[in-house]
Amino acid sequence: MNILIAGCGRVGAQLAMLMSAEDHQITIMDADSRAFSRLNTDFSGTVLVGDCTSEASMREAGVVEADAFIVVTDHDNANIMSAQLAKHVFNITKVVCLLHDPERADFYRAIGLETVSPTLVVAQLLKDKVIG
Amino acid sequence: MYVIIVGAEVGYHLAKALIKEGHEVLVIDKEAEPLSRIEDELGSICSQGDGCDISVLREAGAERTDLLVALTSADEDNLVACQIAKHKFNVPRTIARVSNPQNEALFRKVGIDVTVSSVKLILENITESILTHSLTHLLSLEDSNVQMVEARILPASPVAGKRLRDAVLPAGSLVILMIRNGAAGGSDFLVPAPDTLLQIDDRLIVVVKKEQEEALLAAFVTG
Repeated sequence: MNILIAGCGRVGAQLAMLMSAEDHQITIMDADSRAFSRLNTDFSGTVLVGDCTSEASMREAGVVEADAFIVVTDHDNANIMSAQLAKHVFNITKVVCLLHDPERADFYRAIGLETVSPTLVVAQLLKDKVIG
Repeated sequence: MYVIIVGAEVGYHLAKALIKEGHEVLVIDKEAEPLSRIEDELGSICSQGDGCDISVLREAGAERTDLLVALTSADEDNLVACQIAKHKFNVPRTIARVSNPQNEALFRKVGIDVTVSSVKLILENITESILTHSLTHLLSLEDSNVQMVEARILPASPVAGKRLRDAVLPAGSLVILMIRNGAAGGSDFLVPAPDTLLQIDDRLIVVVKKEQEEALLAAFVTG
């Protein structure tokens, strides 16, 4: 699959490396070029400096050819905007959006955006470690 | 109207204008400093918090709000605030400041009424139903020396019920179009003649020199 990832933070970098190891064509974009240092030498995809909320940047990153778009920056609102840009302007069918705020995740899920919210999952895992 | 404004820096100017027109306003911002200026001058109309946060908007009375205007410097924040207002709280009208004109298409696609950059444009977006004692600026021509404006004939207008030729128009201005509410609820477009009878709610599109705007306002609106 041809996959575009926006955000090369800890999650983005891990995601990119996981998928690259499974032979998918990965392009990962981040506004800060230093973020790409998180990728190890096994990563065989493409990196690109760009703003995932900018239509021009997204186009340059090849969003039009992407089979899937995953946005995982640290900023919920940027993720929301970028995901909707991919979905409504570029008509990408598979769009997944990371949202830290569970309320916002619920809301956007309800209006049709595929969201993953780690906050509650992590809270539950931590609770289980203590209380079991 | 009850209006929620997100973003105090630019919101201050809009809040001031809306309060002057007698509307209820609440300004939300994450930072205390820009809010304190508003509090000092306009009173207790502020709330510190994230205007994109569902609980913050709920507490701000988003459910009963008529209009939400998102004026932060971040397009993505304005997008989210408007979407939540619209789809979570059924706010009938949402206006967003869009700093990057490229983003306008996305905003419109998700159903937000958009404006770009200046507060003036925002005011004009809501002018039709609220601000009644002014001309709506539509277009700037000739390096802004000439303006195309819309003047609405209100009940108190000096020319309501009179003919166009009775209006004391400033020299060099030209009334190019009249828009009148049609019988079936739509709008009728007419080229007004000197003996055209002006009715309340008629809207006149006029081309006027910038320095003559006051005179035009006096002729059609304020008297």
